[in-house]
Amino acid sequence: MANEAASPVCYAPADELFACAAPRIYMAEQYRKDFPVLDQKIHDHPLVYLDNAASAQKPRMVMDAMTRFMENDYANIHRGVHELSVRATDKYEAVRGTVRRFINAAHDDEIIFVRGATDAINLVAASWGRTFLKAGDEIILTTLEHHANIVPWQMLRDSIGIKLVVVPITPEGDVRIEDVKAAFTSRTKLVSVAHVSNALGTVLPVAEIIKLAHEHNALALIDGCQAVSHMPVDVRGLDADFYVFSGHKLYGPTGSAILYDKREILKQMPPYQGGGDMIASVSFKETTYKEPPHRFEAGTPAITEIIGLGAAIEYVSTIGLNRIARHENELLAYATEKLRAINSLKIIGTTPNKAGIISFTMEGAHPHDIGTILDRQGVAVRAGHHCAQPLMEFLGIAATARASFGLYNTKADVDALVAALRKVQEIFA
Amino acid sequence: MTNAALDTDLRDLYQDLILDHGKHPRNFRIAKNANHEALGHNPLCGDRLMLYVTVDDDNVVQDVAFQGSGCAISMASASMMTDMLKGKTLAEVGALFDYMHGACTGETVTPAGLAEDDVDRIKALAGVRHYPMRVKCATLAWHTLQAALKNEKKVSTE
Repeated sequence: MANEAASPVCYAPADELFACAAPRIYMAEQYRKDFPVLDQKIHDHPLVYLDNAASAQKPRMVMDAMTRFMENDYANIHRGVHELSVRATDKYEAVRGTVRRFINAAHDDEIIFVRGATDAINLVAASWGRTFLKAGDEIILTTLEHHANIVPWQMLRDSIGIKLVVVPITPEGDVRIEDVKAAFTSRTKLVSVAHVSNALGTVLPVAEIIKLAHEHNALALIDGCQAVSHMPVDVRGLDADFYVFSGHKLYGPTGSAILYDKREILKQMPPYQGGGDMIASVSFKETTYKEPPHRFEAGTPAITEIIGLGAAIEYVSTIGLNRIARHENELLAYATEKLRAINSLKIIGTTPNKAGIISFTMEGAHPHDIGTILDRQGVAVRAGHHCAQPLMEFLGIAATARASFGLYNTKADVDALVAALRKVQEIFA
Repeated sequence: MTNAALDTDLRDLYQDLILDHGKHPRNFRIAKNANHEALGHNPLCGDRLMLYVTVDDDNVVQDVAFQGSGCAISMASASMMTDMLKGKTLAEVGALFDYMHGACTGETVTPAGLAEDDVDRIKALAGVRHYPMRVKCATLAWHTLQAALKNEKKVSTE
């Protein structure tokens, strides 16, 4: 590219990863065509998919990448001397670089492939937690955490006697930095919080939280499941020690997820699971382990799914996370305005610091009834406690209905949601 | 789907009878002196209800009451059930349970010997058979009833 400035396709801001491929105008209708599943009717209504926070749909490109890989290159990795194994290994390992660039990590070997974000947090709890924590040590969480960022720490608490300190949220659904500050003691060893709340959409002040953790000689784990698909994430900029996210919420396949783990911490962590592919040598007397990241990838991994995750990251990066964020924030603002106009509806989580998610309840209609009535009109939302029961208890509600946006949603989707909600009002009038 | 077809479809589930019981549940109270009680819970959706049943020495249901929270279907089902059970013998209660269970899972034959009023109410609840994800909402109260009568304190449906 000798003459980049003159390139007719190079409109995008320089901070985009695949800047030159990104179109200037955000074309949700165009991107929508990349997702075959969206082109169908549900109960005779065009599908309006607003359950992206539970799992996002997959673009053709991801499916093609996986199919192509299986058709041409598939074999087990890190083993064979044969051509296919070499190719499969190269492609699998190349995804580490894709992920590193995507979250701006320093090294490929800080990227560990796991099967889900739940798996990632359990890995940190079992390996780092059991090695570095002692009875009486403290971990700070917040009220709004997903069960996946609560239960692994409770299991650790019950087994080695650590203490969990829970930072309350404000009625608006915010986590205030002074409340986090107040939770630290001399025994705090880790702060483990969501980047974006899956139930409310709140964006947490993670940069400040991480800074606080480091000032108190503690580490910080960020659950980025709801963040990576909605905004650019820079783990070095944040100075996160651990950052986890799942692939399936990022338009990639299930069974693919990432644990980012700083090299100097990773080096001190013992293996999580034992088995093949994580060893240097095995005898019945003694086994030595590979260096990270392979030490943490016992057994045959989800090879094809990781290839798919790599393709998904390329796909969203080509569109550009900055513009996806901008588009979804516009949708969120539009939806917030429209939903506010429904008098029997109450938005749960009213902080302006939100990303891609709008949770609500309706007078006289239980979230499950809302979910059923919307479904009959082709609108897919989640209804329930969103795997955040402590948060629901804190809010004094059993459940909410939640609409969550993806890069392919449009204002027309929001309009369909609003029209469908009018039917709920009508039935429960 | 046209708006009219949508209405017909949704009204099959959300019939007036159901909406009325969902909004104004009958026998919604704690019955301290009940001799059978159980907590019904659907962890998947968070619905929970406490059911109180008083059965006399002749195996006749003297009183049924409940308290809890949940969707319109689960609240209506519990409310309608409490209305139906009072004055029935345990054998009649068993027959009603079997009919309810069958009706919600696709059985269309109505057994003989049931009160017409009860059949109508169960047919209304059986609208859930077209909504597989909602069948558990309609049957929660009934499974809780079974647990209470068997003196099991808790029942969980998923």
